[in-house]
Amino acid sequence: MFKETALSGQTTFFQKLRSLDYILLVCILILGVISSFAMYATDGGELLYHTKSHVLRFIIFFIMMFVLSFLNIRFWHATGYLFYIMVLGLLIWASLYGITASGSQRWVDLYFINLQPSELMKIAIIVCFAKFYHRAKINQINHFKNLLVPMMILILPILLVVSQPDLGTSILIALSGIIVLWLAGINLKYFIYSGLFLLISLPFVIAFLKPYQKLRILTFFNPDKDPLGAGYQIIQSKIAIGSGGLTGKGFLKGTQGYLEFLPEKHTDFIFTLFSEEHGFIGSLALLFIYGVIIYRIIDIGKNARSFFGKLFCFGFASSIFVFITVNMSMVLGLLPIVGSPLPIMSYGGSSMLATMIGFSIVMSTKIYQKQLIA
Amino acid sequence: MFGGGGDSGYKKLSTVNRRMFIMTAAKLVIFGGIITRLFSLQINENKKYLTLSDKNRLREWRLPPVRGDFEDFFGNKIASNLKVYQLHVVPEQVEDFRYLMIRLRDILDIDSKTFKKILKKRNQQKSWETLIISENLSWDQFAKINFYLHELSGAKPVLSVARNYPYNEKFTHLLGYVAQASEKDLIENEVIKKSHVPGLRVGKIGLEKTYENQLIGSNGIQRYEVNAYGKRINQIDFVEGKKGTNIKLTVDTEIQAQCNELLKDKAGSICVMDIYTGELIAMHSSPSFDPNLFLYGISHDNWNEILNNPKKPLINRSIQGLYPPGSTIKPIVALSALENDVISTKFKVNCTGKTEMYGQTYHCWKDTGHGIVNLRDALKVSCDTFFYEMSRRLGVDRLNLTAKKFGLGEKVFNGTYNEEKKGLIPSTQWKKNALGRGWVLGETLITGIGQGYMQTTPLQLCLMTAQLANGGFKIKPKIIYDKKSDTYEKIKYEMEKNRIELLSDFQQDDALVDFSLERKKRDTDLYKPLYRNQENVKFVLEAMFASTNEVRGTSYSSRISDKKYQFAGKTGTSQVKKITEIQRELDLDISQIPYEERDHALFVAFGPYINPRYALSVFVEHGGAGSSAAAPLAKKLFKTIVDRHEEREKIREKSLMEI
Repeated sequence: MFKETALSGQTTFFQKLRSLDYILLVCILILGVISSFAMYATDGGELLYHTKSHVLRFIIFFIMMFVLSFLNIRFWHATGYLFYIMVLGLLIWASLYGITASGSQRWVDLYFINLQPSELMKIAIIVCFAKFYHRAKINQINHFKNLLVPMMILILPILLVVSQPDLGTSILIALSGIIVLWLAGINLKYFIYSGLFLLISLPFVIAFLKPYQKLRILTFFNPDKDPLGAGYQIIQSKIAIGSGGLTGKGFLKGTQGYLEFLPEKHTDFIFTLFSEEHGFIGSLALLFIYGVIIYRIIDIGKNARSFFGKLFCFGFASSIFVFITVNMSMVLGLLPIVGSPLPIMSYGGSSMLATMIGFSIVMSTKIYQKQLIA
Repeated sequence: MFGGGGDSGYKKLSTVNRRMFIMTAAKLVIFGGIITRLFSLQINENKKYLTLSDKNRLREWRLPPVRGDFEDFFGNKIASNLKVYQLHVVPEQVEDFRYLMIRLRDILDIDSKTFKKILKKRNQQKSWETLIISENLSWDQFAKINFYLHELSGAKPVLSVARNYPYNEKFTHLLGYVAQASEKDLIENEVIKKSHVPGLRVGKIGLEKTYENQLIGSNGIQRYEVNAYGKRINQIDFVEGKKGTNIKLTVDTEIQAQCNELLKDKAGSICVMDIYTGELIAMHSSPSFDPNLFLYGISHDNWNEILNNPKKPLINRSIQGLYPPGSTIKPIVALSALENDVISTKFKVNCTGKTEMYGQTYHCWKDTGHGIVNLRDALKVSCDTFFYEMSRRLGVDRLNLTAKKFGLGEKVFNGTYNEEKKGLIPSTQWKKNALGRGWVLGETLITGIGQGYMQTTPLQLCLMTAQLANGGFKIKPKIIYDKKSDTYEKIKYEMEKNRIELLSDFQQDDALVDFSLERKKRDTDLYKPLYRNQENVKFVLEAMFASTNEVRGTSYSSRISDKKYQFAGKTGTSQVKKITEIQRELDLDISQIPYEERDHALFVAFGPYINPRYALSVFVEHGGAGSSAAAPLAKKLFKTIVDRHEEREKIREKSLMEI
């Protein structure tokens, strides 16, 4: 009987509700609360625009995530390519008619929201690959024909995002995609080959970089060279984090934050501000919550019977991990400054929307974990 | 048909699970790396980053130190501070410097000449150095600036303090003045460098310079929390600066003011001194100038006026002016002769108006001669012929020793005034060393009437008179009041003790005092006798009394017969140029001689005659005869000095009570 219901997908609503992953839900909620307070701190302890819209977005997208969780995993599988194509279409739209801000044409105006399709692409690429490899047979995966299509799927959005220009997001999309490709079973040697190819072509790539991008990379290697210019962000971020100490300067007392020494503190440098105010202990706690989230997603993936669900969960968990580590390494001065938000914590609707969609697919995988996809 | 299916499906699953396991392991390592980095920044290097963060957010503003005041003996402020409003700009912190300058020009109504000067100054200094747009804004301008401040980002209205000399030109040479610190000031004085802020005024000359380190005070410090754009968010703390030490002087403003009045339109100097305590009551050099002019950078016109004044206001004649003392030296010459037993008080000379010696004619100031004169008369009528003869017998070297003992040829305030000169008391040795020629006997004669090589400052003459008037004891001249220093009573007692001691010594071995040894002990010889036999001093003082108070005395017309004010003095008229025979024949009236060739008029005096307390010297440059140009000034001054005495002693008692 159980097998039948699993096959037909006719579980009762309460059963579905019960099978939600509450640890994951609670962690997301905690992250939402933490991020709201962090945003409040960036607004200098006042309920201003950033805090308000962040809280509002979190509530809307969390409810949306909750509702979408009940969609059958089959739906995501069925619409996998469509989702990718839609986002790709939005990317093309953005590159043609997009809104330009601070020198980069990233946004499309959807009348009710300004959407950044490149953020959505971070998820879409995983869904797309999950669907692609769901059907592929292991012995065919490394065939040349079966390599070419995923390559195209990956390179197209990357090119579009690079041309916006948005180096950070394109790298993150590439990393997300590559990880899924590797997980799916593509032979390691191809990665090594393409890695070598990239290394050889690096000088040519650098030649095509915009001057500010080159500067950022140079600055990473020597931030003190120009402390008031390009190195300013890294230096100030390190000062903020380092001065936080064990327990931090206290909520709303991060001087680097409220005295405006921190750049982009709402978005990419939100962790810096958090770490300054809450110190090493606070940072560990935040990392712990992220760790639990990632662990839960991997666990759900393990228990999923469908390869689609499994690969998506593994891919999504890995890319969230990548987003977190790239962002943190960046503000800690371990990587060059590239635009990369911290999932859920950073201000930005598109990023949050994409992450929430990812979570709802994960939830759907959990609810329908016994479900097989034809 | 299931995805993958069969063997293939199983292999696919195992691949993805295996790879996910590797991936998870990698994640743990990377998380570990991030935690390590966090640990190293937040725990290991916490101190370093805390310091950097504080350096980011905290800014110090050093406030100009408040300079200590000068006050006179009676507590009148003779140099103090005024609050002034200034406008500062740090070009580096200004977004659009040109725009700001043009706005300021319009708001403050700066004329184009000043405006150009400011722009020129801007180009000369570094962009982080404070540019002072205005040193002294009027209240209106200050209010206006504050009103427009929100659109003048970078302009800083500052409340500052500036030196103020309420008595203007009256104390200029005595106090000196302050002006903006120069590069040289910063290099020479560590203390100035330490508390320097833009626009700081420091002493340039006089007491203001000498006592700079005591006067300067310490900076106040305002510590602000600033944001990334340098905007002050809130004040963290404020350390109030300490005002520099107030310095109390021994001078009397009222007497100083009268000295100013007496020398008005003349070039000259008046010094007044307490003959026991050595306190300087007044010291004025004329012409003077207003030191307030130097505060904000003196204008070209004002500077030229001072510089081109033929009477040279910049010279402090009291201590820098070297002049032949003329007949004012005669009391010392007489004393020297008596002390060395060259003559007795009964020694007589017949004055015929001139005398032939060594093939040259030496004239007495009185062509017709004084007839037969003794020493007392010679001092009283200032007979040159008598002094020629006496000097000849005395010799220049013995005169030199006595003169130096009484304070001539040495700096009176050693070290207090950088510009003080020591003058010159000639000797045979000196001439050999300095000029490489032997002493000519004729030179002794003119030295004996205070001419020739001999050069003294008016202050030295004042000290000389004081040390004669107190009975011939050494005193320590001072200008800074110190209530811990010896009182009049103590000094009197010490002098009396030393007098008796000398008397008994003298009686014991009847030996002559070795003058050269005596000289070496000078500084430890405070309140010790400068004489061998006090009777000689008394004789000289009595002769000076005669000179002022007896008929035919040279300053008889300036006498005061009231015992309370009665004083004794000696006139002096020192030649600037050798008088030719033709000129002597013509006997020109003073107005007929060109200013630069007129005689200097001098007068030294002490009083009141019974129980003298004060000595003074009056010097009028190219004033003519001492009796007519200098002595009358002393007469006017003496009344004030004596009248002020009671007041002065009352204040002294009060200040001693305060201990």
